[in-house]
Amino acid sequence: MTEFTPYSALAGGALIGLAAVLMMAFNGRISGVSGMFHNAVSTSDGRGWRLMFLLGLVLGGWLYVAMFPGDLATREGFPISLLVVGGFVVGFGTQLGSGCTSGHGVCGISRLSARSIAATAMFMLTGFISAFALRHLLGVGA
Amino acid sequence: MKQVSALIVGIIFGLGLSLSHMVDPDKVINFLDLFGHWDASLAFVMGGAILVTFPGYRWVLGRKKPLFDQRFHLPTDNRLDMALMTGAALFGLGWGLSGYCPGPAVAALTINPHEAFVFIPAMIAGGLAARWLRGSPTSKAATSQ
Repeated sequence: MTEFTPYSALAGGALIGLAAVLMMAFNGRISGVSGMFHNAVSTSDGRGWRLMFLLGLVLGGWLYVAMFPGDLATREGFPISLLVVGGFVVGFGTQLGSGCTSGHGVCGISRLSARSIAATAMFMLTGFISAFALRHLLGVGA
Repeated sequence: MKQVSALIVGIIFGLGLSLSHMVDPDKVINFLDLFGHWDASLAFVMGGAILVTFPGYRWVLGRKKPLFDQRFHLPTDNRLDMALMTGAALFGLGWGLSGYCPGPAVAALTINPHEAFVFIPAMIAGGLAARWLRGSPTSKAATSQ
């Protein structure tokens, strides 16, 4: 069980939005993490700034933990097999579907892109289904 | 400059993912599991992000060009095709099964390293498999969100 935290959620979301706007203002790019990730792996063109963005994500997480130690729970005992399957399917799906929560869900919706709105509706729906299966059929976590 | 700005933007993004607890996979699953102890917080993350990005993009995209590039790189594809919908469906399945989407998975490298070091290689493999299946290794780069 986790607490309902609307204020930190809104504030954190606003920071993500600020990052997305700055990325467009500075580099003229969509802040889609899966796009950065897959292109940093597979495309040498533009790999430098993409890797720097990804490094920034890691540093941002590290900085937050340094500033607010103990605020973020770590998860223990989650099945490795589900991490492997989940990671593979997330990688496959975001490459095939050209985006994830950030690229489609935040940036695409903010551009009123029909593709992103449709993709977001779809991955929310299947996310509801698989989270239900995980908790109530496989009985993991809760 | 492009690399410095990307690093700074990445740090802000990572702080946002952390402050919002998007990096907590249990919280993500509690949001996606509507029939458990539903935690609606993550709807506020997306809401907060769009509240800033929507007007922010209007302002930025009204300018001639970005500060450190010659033009804005915006996706031009507008087809609602099978690849988009199948990909999104699969992504959602993996998200709900693990509690990680790509951003939090990367940020988790220092927060939940024992999970991120398993999830990220699997995510690389999945991306490469999709690229290989689709054939053209670089043609999707321009339209990728």
